[in-house]
Amino acid sequence: MAELKDSNELSFAEVEEIVFLLKNVSDFDLSGYTRSSLKRRIQRIMNLEDMDMVDLKNALINVEGFQQYFIQEVTVNVTEMFRDPGFYNKLNKDIIPYLQTFPRIKIWSAGCSTGEEVYSLAILLKENNLSDRAFIYGTDINSKVLDVAKKGIYPIKKFKEYSDNFNAYNSTESLSNYYTARYDAAIINHDLRQNILFSTHNLATDQVFNEFHLITCRNVLIYFDLKLQEHVINLFYQSLALFGFLCLGTKETLMRHDIMENFKLIDKEYNIYQKIK
Amino acid sequence: MEKTASKIIVIGGSAGAYELIVEILDHLPTEFSVAIIIVLHRNSKYETKIETSLSKRLNRNVISVRDKLPILENHIYFAPPGYHTLVEPDCIFSLDISDPVQFSRPSIDVFFESAAAVYGKNATAFLLSGANNDGSEGLKALVNNGSTCFVQKPEEAVINTMPLAGSLVSEKVKVISNQHIIDYFSQLM
Repeated sequence: MAELKDSNELSFAEVEEIVFLLKNVSDFDLSGYTRSSLKRRIQRIMNLEDMDMVDLKNALINVEGFQQYFIQEVTVNVTEMFRDPGFYNKLNKDIIPYLQTFPRIKIWSAGCSTGEEVYSLAILLKENNLSDRAFIYGTDINSKVLDVAKKGIYPIKKFKEYSDNFNAYNSTESLSNYYTARYDAAIINHDLRQNILFSTHNLATDQVFNEFHLITCRNVLIYFDLKLQEHVINLFYQSLALFGFLCLGTKETLMRHDIMENFKLIDKEYNIYQKIK
Repeated sequence: MEKTASKIIVIGGSAGAYELIVEILDHLPTEFSVAIIIVLHRNSKYETKIETSLSKRLNRNVISVRDKLPILENHIYFAPPGYHTLVEPDCIFSLDISDPVQFSRPSIDVFFESAAAVYGKNATAFLLSGANNDGSEGLKALVNNGSTCFVQKPEEAVINTMPLAGSLVSEKVKVISNQHIIDYFSQLM
């Protein structure tokens, strides 16, 4: 029986079938997503819902709302406030002074998930008295996580770690200056939410929608193959003002892409690049 | 010149495994035709510079896995803390920050399972000392895909929980002494 059970393990060929089907019956195109990660996430949904391949395909075609649910579960929505405190230090020390020279500062947090990074950036702007002339767009493929982002209410138990991150970045203040604790929730202060807009955007299929001075897209490209990465990085390039900055995750790089010649490496550890032509 | 590895050796370990891993690496021949990939539990908040110190000590490249790196012969890789490391079908690495599995990210299970799906019988696995059950599910997947699997002899492990759990997965998982583990690596071709 053990062997029978193992034959239920999803194969790479079956992952391709699902990607192909989804592309045909919805607006979601996962062709450029890394297969091992995708395989694991699809397998997880099948286990959670107790589905086999036939059930899954049927649900993707016939069950209302299932496609949206599938995308929610297949995409990874893990984020933190002040994840990689050193990155925020670097932004504060080297990038903000440069951004200050622009009359208006437009920022795009691409793949922002539940919004913790957007609010972290808002805190950074506030500390530098830039809130009034800055605007942050937070986008994600997944509308459900954006609902959480818009609310700006998070489980208080997460704030122990967020505070540790914040203190590693800036030990003179307390993160609690920026939220109100109510029972088991932390509510982001209202003044931080001005000049923020959350909206759905699909990096694989949607176009340039504005011009930005800073784009952060950290730990999103890891889910894309090199071809889709190329496409997305081009989108960022076209969306950046000249001398604007692009920030990737600590394990991601522009180095393997030809477009690097249009960028200058600002920080190797945190993968910060500046568009120079 | 640098060729994609057609065979890999994967090593999983947690508390008490580091010293043995260093000893293994100390005994490696100068050249070998596999890639060695190590998943060691460690906290991303205190990123120890294991790769840097081992690079110096061994006078060879010990690489911390980054997004989409190719898996090359004669290379030693460590899964970076804070991410899950996976193997893609075209023999490159990918990373993932989805939730920790068994409180671990990197998770040995996640890595072993993807290595099993891609490398199958061309993978050899070692599960070493550790204080939780991470790696057992991964060993199951490896065994089912025809990989050769070893666990450190629990009596010799600093903490035996992990190898003990691994040894119970299947009769095909072989229990092996520290000396035999080191011999295995010193005789790599």
